[in-house]
Amino acid sequence: MNIGRCKKRPAFGSRIVNLQPSILYFEMNTLIILSALGVLALFSEMLNFKKALLPLIMLGLVGALAADVMDWNLNKSFYNNMITVDNYSVAFTGLLIVITLLWFIMSPEFFHEPTSRVDHFALIIFALVGAQLMTSYSNMLMLFLGIEILSIPMFILAGSNKSDLNSNEAALKYFLMGAFATGFLLFGIALIYGATGSFNIQTIAQFVFGQQGNFPVMIIAGVLMMLVGLAFKVSAAPFHFWAPDVYTGSPTVITAFMSTVVKTAAFAGFFRLFFTCFNTGNAVWTNTIWVLAALTIIIGNLTAVSQTNFKRMLAYSSIAHAGYMLLAILSVSGSREYAQGSVLFYAAAYSISSITSFAVLLLVSHITKSDSIDSFNGLAKKNPLLAFVTVLAMLSLAGIPPMAGFFAKYYVFTAALQQHYTGLVLIAVAGSLVGVFYYFRIIIAMFKTETEGVDVPVTNVFGAFLVVTSLAALLLGIMPQLVAGLL
Amino acid sequence: MLALLIFFPLIAAAIVLFANENAKRVALFAGMVEFALSIVMVAQFNPGGGTQFGMDYWWVQALGISFKVGMDGISMLLVLLTTFLTPIIILSSFSHSYKNAPLFYSLILVMQMALVGVFVALDGFLFYIFWELALIPIYLICLMWGGKDRVRITLKFFIYTLFGSLLMLVGLIYLFLQTPGSHTFDIHAFYTLHLSVQQQAWIFWAFFLAFAIKMPVFPFHTWQPDTYTDSPTPGTMLLSGIMLKMGIYGVIRWLLPVVPLGVADWGTTAMVLSIIGVVYASCIALVQKDFKRLIAYSSIAHVGLISAGIFSLTLQGLQGGMIQMLSHGINVVGMFFIADIIMRRTNTRTMSDLGGIRNVAPTFATYFIIILLATVALPLTNGFIGEFLLINGVYQYNSWMAAIAGLTIILGAVYMLNSYQKISLGEKNKLTDTFADLTSNEKSVLIPLVVMIFWIGIYPKPFLDIAEPSVLNLLNVIHGAGGALLK
Repeated sequence: MNIGRCKKRPAFGSRIVNLQPSILYFEMNTLIILSALGVLALFSEMLNFKKALLPLIMLGLVGALAADVMDWNLNKSFYNNMITVDNYSVAFTGLLIVITLLWFIMSPEFFHEPTSRVDHFALIIFALVGAQLMTSYSNMLMLFLGIEILSIPMFILAGSNKSDLNSNEAALKYFLMGAFATGFLLFGIALIYGATGSFNIQTIAQFVFGQQGNFPVMIIAGVLMMLVGLAFKVSAAPFHFWAPDVYTGSPTVITAFMSTVVKTAAFAGFFRLFFTCFNTGNAVWTNTIWVLAALTIIIGNLTAVSQTNFKRMLAYSSIAHAGYMLLAILSVSGSREYAQGSVLFYAAAYSISSITSFAVLLLVSHITKSDSIDSFNGLAKKNPLLAFVTVLAMLSLAGIPPMAGFFAKYYVFTAALQQHYTGLVLIAVAGSLVGVFYYFRIIIAMFKTETEGVDVPVTNVFGAFLVVTSLAALLLGIMPQLVAGLL
Repeated sequence: MLALLIFFPLIAAAIVLFANENAKRVALFAGMVEFALSIVMVAQFNPGGGTQFGMDYWWVQALGISFKVGMDGISMLLVLLTTFLTPIIILSSFSHSYKNAPLFYSLILVMQMALVGVFVALDGFLFYIFWELALIPIYLICLMWGGKDRVRITLKFFIYTLFGSLLMLVGLIYLFLQTPGSHTFDIHAFYTLHLSVQQQAWIFWAFFLAFAIKMPVFPFHTWQPDTYTDSPTPGTMLLSGIMLKMGIYGVIRWLLPVVPLGVADWGTTAMVLSIIGVVYASCIALVQKDFKRLIAYSSIAHVGLISAGIFSLTLQGLQGGMIQMLSHGINVVGMFFIADIIMRRTNTRTMSDLGGIRNVAPTFATYFIIILLATVALPLTNGFIGEFLLINGVYQYNSWMAAIAGLTIILGAVYMLNSYQKISLGEKNKLTDTFADLTSNEKSVLIPLVVMIFWIGIYPKPFLDIAEPSVLNLLNVIHGAGGALLK
């Protein structure tokens, strides 16, 4: 026996060496690990290891992150050019995984019934798979598939609080609007296919570049259709009407995921399409994006001011932030690296501060049973830690230095100014000024002395989580190149 | 050395946060150490040596942002003012017991860091960061420890100043994009930009609005009286004593030499606004019943004169501005402290309710009259030197303007002496009957201030000497750049 094994081993080993490039040395590790993790989560109830699931998922996500980081500088296409792993996709995937990890640290305590955890976790992981596809597609079909894989779990999760009417409404609204938007997107893809004869974004890019500005109507119509679809997905005005209701109606943990991972992925996909294919600055779509950005900034900020519900306010703030990120998409005709870096940094800064805000909201609303801003009244007195992290998060979202949110705005403003969109930048500046009104309402509420605030117990792990995310936002504000310099 | 001067208060602030009951003593000690540091630097400072203690490291190289700091005579004087006043402001608050004192003193020290940073930054971006950074602690100080209507007032203050700052940011980014090669925020690169008259006019207004709001110059002053009145006294002292100098310093360092042609076109407008402010604020001060509000309006009048003197672009005007910045800082802190003492003992700031304090508290009345006379610019006090030079500068520019600006001395004497008469002279009444004379703690605040009043009033040469070469150098840059471009 022993001898036989000894003989076999080198032979088996050499086969590994031989096959390494093609089979055993997988190069889609991240995607595969994530998909396997999702399937594993589904089976956990059947195979009775529910209790071990959360640590397993964490481990799997860390593994996926490691696999993702290993792909740095890989620049390779897979599956007949369906997916291209380049630094852009690696960076965004890394960001998405990190945020999902944070989400998994934050959310387990806040599910309504313990039994629903397994389904939740599996759906979230599947959504992450879709999100990853959206960062790395090189074929329109993959973009479409990514959006669908991301959206379908989200439709279910939005309605996961079955006994709550608002949650049901959110799910239905999200589904109908999402399906509608996907229709537009598909129509756009079809038109572009009709004009260029290809789904591959590189081929489309070559075609667009070859046209030298004289586009057939089909391309223009196609791009506009896709813009509408994508604007729905990133909740840009005037296609944002679903967002506040869906964000408010969904359980808060799910809203936290929507406004960070889903948003980032949608922007990553949106941006990838535009910097690859449509970066030549054609007036038809630059003007359209200009208007979209201006409207989104104005409507998002102005409507947020009058909100009395914290969650709804964050929903409008998320709309407003989408407007700022559109500025970066508008400026792809300049330095591509700079625009990519600014979108990545914006997404990172926004997500990290958002997730802190949602974490605080989860804690507070768990005690007060209300999402209204009033439940923050006088919070600072009994919970200095919560007040501290919330102040940092609000300052960051409002874009005040030295927090990350400031540099995020700075990057997109400079990118836009370089392309001479001065008017739009001035609108954006005015928008951030309005932003101060509603973000500071939270700070003001917390420091109200008139009312006795509620006492919110914070576990050590959760406290550490809040401190880490806040310090991360501060660190990004002091050393922005850590993230923005990647691309 | 300079880095230590900037960041020592920040480290101290962190320590104070954990000092519990000893917070104020630790903060005072830190303030003294910082002052000692600045004295050591003055001893090493060579007035004729240009920018000294320079440091230049990349901060975010990809964005052309560097940590570039250095001090010339102008910076030196303002840093001295900051380090001198901060311990005095801390000391002056000893008789109050603030809730959550560690946070309070910690914020004061963070504020000091930002102020020192503003006065030494030689990189446009760094300047902006420090400029904004100064806003957060003072906002929180006013919000948490302010008077009744603080929420509305502080938010107005914050939004107002942030509006100016954001415009300045857009201006800075614009200048940044004009610099040759891989862009930079270096101030010396800004000095050598050759912008057209029209470009300079736009930049002028973007910057001037930011600085005018901070100072404040008429008609951008509406946030000021409310904020000064409603803030806790140390907050008011920080705002009026040091923070408004940020605006004036901004004009001297970042407006005049960067856009000399813009100043040539619009400087007169700025002067007219300043002088309107002088007369307007003096007239309003005449009818004030609230003592703290009266000081607030008198402060607008004084700052208006400083601003007018600086825009005259004469050696006397600028030197007068420098001296008057010191004097105003010292006097206004003294006046607010006097108002605070009265407020603490009688619980009123309404002047007509008081009277006869001189009879019960002669020492207090003596200090009061000295500081008051310095404020109305009596010869041999610091106020006289500054106002004399300023009016001299304005006179060289336009004699009519000087005549109108000179009204401030007369009007100032009227409202100030009037207030002294109401508060200190006359018959004592129920409120003032038990007015205790100065405690040793209060004396230790007032004595350094009075010493400085007489020192600058009788022998201002050391202070003038520190600033003169730098002011001359600045005038060369302004006239040189303007001249070169006009050819």
